[in-house]
Amino acid sequence: MIRLVDICKSYRVSRRGAGLGSAVKSLFGRRYDLVRALDCVSFEVGDGEMIGYIGPNGAGKSSTVKVMSGILTPDSGECIVNGRVPWKERAAHVRDIGVVFGQRSQLWWDVPVGDSFDLIRDIYSVKRADYRQILDRLISRLDLGELMRTPARQLSLGQRMRCEIAASLLHRPKILFLDEPTIGLDAPSKLAVREFIRSLNRLEGVTVILTTHDMQDIEALTDRVILIGKGRILLDGPIERLTAAGGDKKIDELVADMYRAFEI
Amino acid sequence: MKKYLAFFRIRFINGLQYRAAAYAGMATQFAWGFMEILVYTVFHDTAPAAFPMEMGQLTSYIWLRQALLGLFMSWYYDRELLDMITSGNVAYEMCRPADIYTMWFAKNLATRCSRAALRCVPIFLVAGFLPGRFRLYPPAGAGALAMFCVSVTAGVLITVGLSMFVYATAFYTVSPLGMRIVAVNIIEFMSGGIIPLPFFPDGVFRVMRLLPFAATESTPFLIYSGALRGGDAGAAVALQFMWLVLITAGGKLYLDSSLRRLVIQGG
Amino acid sequence: MRLYIKFLLMHLKSAMEYKASFALTVLGQFMTSFSAFLGIYFMFGRFGAVGDYSFEETLICYAAVLFAYSAAECFFRGFDAFESVISNGEFDRAMVRPRPVMLLVLCSRAEFARFGRLMQAVVIFAYAIPASDIGWTADRIFTLIMMCAGGTALFAGLFIVRASVCFFTVEGLEFMNIFTDGGRELGTYPLDIYGQPVLRFYTYVIPLACVQYYPLSYITARTGRFWYALLPLAGFVFLVPCFALWRIGVRHYKSTGS
Repeated sequence: MIRLVDICKSYRVSRRGAGLGSAVKSLFGRRYDLVRALDCVSFEVGDGEMIGYIGPNGAGKSSTVKVMSGILTPDSGECIVNGRVPWKERAAHVRDIGVVFGQRSQLWWDVPVGDSFDLIRDIYSVKRADYRQILDRLISRLDLGELMRTPARQLSLGQRMRCEIAASLLHRPKILFLDEPTIGLDAPSKLAVREFIRSLNRLEGVTVILTTHDMQDIEALTDRVILIGKGRILLDGPIERLTAAGGDKKIDELVADMYRAFEI
Repeated sequence: MKKYLAFFRIRFINGLQYRAAAYAGMATQFAWGFMEILVYTVFHDTAPAAFPMEMGQLTSYIWLRQALLGLFMSWYYDRELLDMITSGNVAYEMCRPADIYTMWFAKNLATRCSRAALRCVPIFLVAGFLPGRFRLYPPAGAGALAMFCVSVTAGVLITVGLSMFVYATAFYTVSPLGMRIVAVNIIEFMSGGIIPLPFFPDGVFRVMRLLPFAATESTPFLIYSGALRGGDAGAAVALQFMWLVLITAGGKLYLDSSLRRLVIQGG
Repeated sequence: MRLYIKFLLMHLKSAMEYKASFALTVLGQFMTSFSAFLGIYFMFGRFGAVGDYSFEETLICYAAVLFAYSAAECFFRGFDAFESVISNGEFDRAMVRPRPVMLLVLCSRAEFARFGRLMQAVVIFAYAIPASDIGWTADRIFTLIMMCAGGTALFAGLFIVRASVCFFTVEGLEFMNIFTDGGRELGTYPLDIYGQPVLRFYTYVIPLACVQYYPLSYITARTGRFWYALLPLAGFVFLVPCFALWRIGVRHYKSTGS
C-alpha cells in the first residue's frame, strides 16, 4: 500500500543566455530560477495494483519514483509505503521494493550475470535455499538459462533487460518500480518483458509501478493510469477513460492530444 | 579556415562556462606554486652554489607554469575524441567536410586556450605583487617579452601537435588508458614538469633541451625569466619552429594513415 | 567485511577480463611514480641533501606517503572517483540497497592497477631501508608500519571528504587536489623543511605530519619520544570528522537529488 499526500519538491536551476557575452557575464553572477518538480502530488496505490505512470520528459515522474524509493526527501507532504516513511527508514523500506532503471544497469559489465546475481543475494542476505528457489523460477520464466554464464557486455539489450528485471526480484520485493523497462527493445523482447510483468502482478500479487513513454506498454499492462505534467497530477483513473473519449484514434495520438490539452 | 575558427570559438565559449572549476583551479594552482617555491627554497638554502639559476628566475618559472598550466597541461585529452576512436564512431567524424587533423587540432587548442584565459590573469596579477621570495618578476626586458610571446605560441602548438600523436596511437593500442598514462608521463617528465630541465644533471640537460619536449613549455619560461637569453634564446626559438613543422607534418601523416587503416579494416 | 571481500573478488575478475590492458595500466602507474622518483634522484644528485635529511631518509618518507596514498587510491577508489559513481546512477542504486550507503560506495570501485604505484613504494623501501644508516630495531619497524597504516587512513579520509564535496559541487572539485595530490607531493619531503606554518597546518588541520614527520623523527633518532611513534593513530582519528561530513553530504543529496 502506497500513499502520497501533497508531496512537494522544488529545485534551483541556473539560467544563462547564449553567446560569448553572456558566457563571460555568467562568470561573475548567475540567476537562479525555482522549478517546482512536484507540486502537491497525491495518490494511493493498493496492494497488487499495476499502474502506469506517464507524462512528458521532465514532468516529475522520476522525482516521484525517487521519493517513493527513499532516494529523495520531499520539501513537504507525506509518503507512506507499506507503513513506512521511505527516507526515514531507508534500510527496512528498500527490502520491500525492487527498482529497475531502464537506462542504467545494475549488472557487472565484465563478469557473468550469475555472479552479479550472487553478489546481490549477499547484499540482501537472502537465505541460500530461498535464493535457489527464487532464482530457478526466474530462470525458467524469463528464459535466462544460457545467459547466466555470459558477461553482461555480451548480452543483447532484450536479454539484458530480462536479467535486470530478475536482478531486482531476487529479494522478493512486494513493490516493483519499473522505469522504462522496454526502451529500445525489439518486438519479441518487448512482448516477453510485458508477459512476464503481467504474470508477476497477476500470479504473485506484486504491486507494479511502471513509468514509460511507450503507450502500448500502458495499454497492454495497466488498468489504471496516472498522468503527471509540470509536477501536478492531471489525471488518475482507468485506462478506458483515455480510450473511450478518442473514438478510433491511436493511443499515441490520444496522449499527444492530452498533453496539448493540458499544455504540458 | 572559417570552419576551423568556428570549432575553436564554440569550444572556447564552452570552456568559459565552468566558473566554479576556474576558481577551484586557480586556488589549486596557487597552492602548488607556493608548495614548489617552498621546496626549491629549501634546496637552495641547503647548497646555494649548486642552484642552476637564480632563485628569482625560478619563482618566475614556477608562476608562469601555474598561470599557463591550461595551455601546456600534459594530461589533457579530449574524452569525446578518445571515446570516438575506441568505439569506432570516428567514422561519423570522417563524413564531415573538414580535415580531421585540423579540426581536432583546433578543438584541442581552443580548450587549452579557454582554460588558460580564465586563470592566467588573476594568477599573474596576484603573483606579481606577492612579497619577497614568492614574487613573480616582470620579464627580463622588452626583447625577452617579445621573444617569450613568440615562443609561448610555438610551444602551445607543439604541445597540441604532440597530443595528436597520442590520439593517432589510440587507433592501434589495446589499452588506450595505459598507453596514455605512459605517454603523458614521458612528455611531462621530459618537458620539465616534474623538475625544471636545468635541474637535471648537466649532461642530461644538454641533450634534453634539444628535444621537442623542451620546446613546449621549458623554452618560453626560461626566456621570460632570463635564464635563457641572447643568441641562445634565438637558437632555442628557431629550434622550436623546426620541431613545430616536423611534428605537425609528421602528426598529420600519422593520423591520416591511422584513419586509412581504419577505413580498410572497416572500423 | 565478507561482502567487501566478495566485491573485491568481483573487481578482480572484471579487471582480469582485460589482461593486456591491465598490465599496461599497471606499467603506466609504475612509471608515473618512477618519474617522480627520478626527479628526487636528480635533485639529490645536485644538492646532496635537503635541510638536514639525507637521500635515504627522504626516500623512506616518500615511500611511506606513496604507499599510503596508493593503497588508499586502490581500495577507496569509490570515494576518489565519486563523481562518476553519482553520474552513472550507481549511487541511486546504492540508496535502494538495504546496506549502509558508505559501505556500498566503498565496495563500488577497486583499482588494482594502482598496484603499480604500490610496487614502486615497496621497491623504494627495499632499497632505502638497508641503505640508510638507521638501526632497524623492532620499535622502528613498528613505527614504519604505523606510518603506512595511518597514512592510508588519512588519505582515505581525504577521499571521503572529496566525495562529500561532490554532493555540493562537481565543478569546483579540483581544489580538493590541494589536499590529496598536494598532500602526497608535499609529503615527498619531511614536512618540517617547509617551515613552521606549513608544519602546523599539517599537524592540526590535516594530520599529515602525524603520519610522516613525527614518526620519521623517531625512526631517525631525531627524537627519543616514543609517543611520536604512536601519532599515526591520528590518521584514524581524522576519519571521524570525515564521516560526519559525509553524512551531511548524503542528507543534502537526499534533499536535492542532483
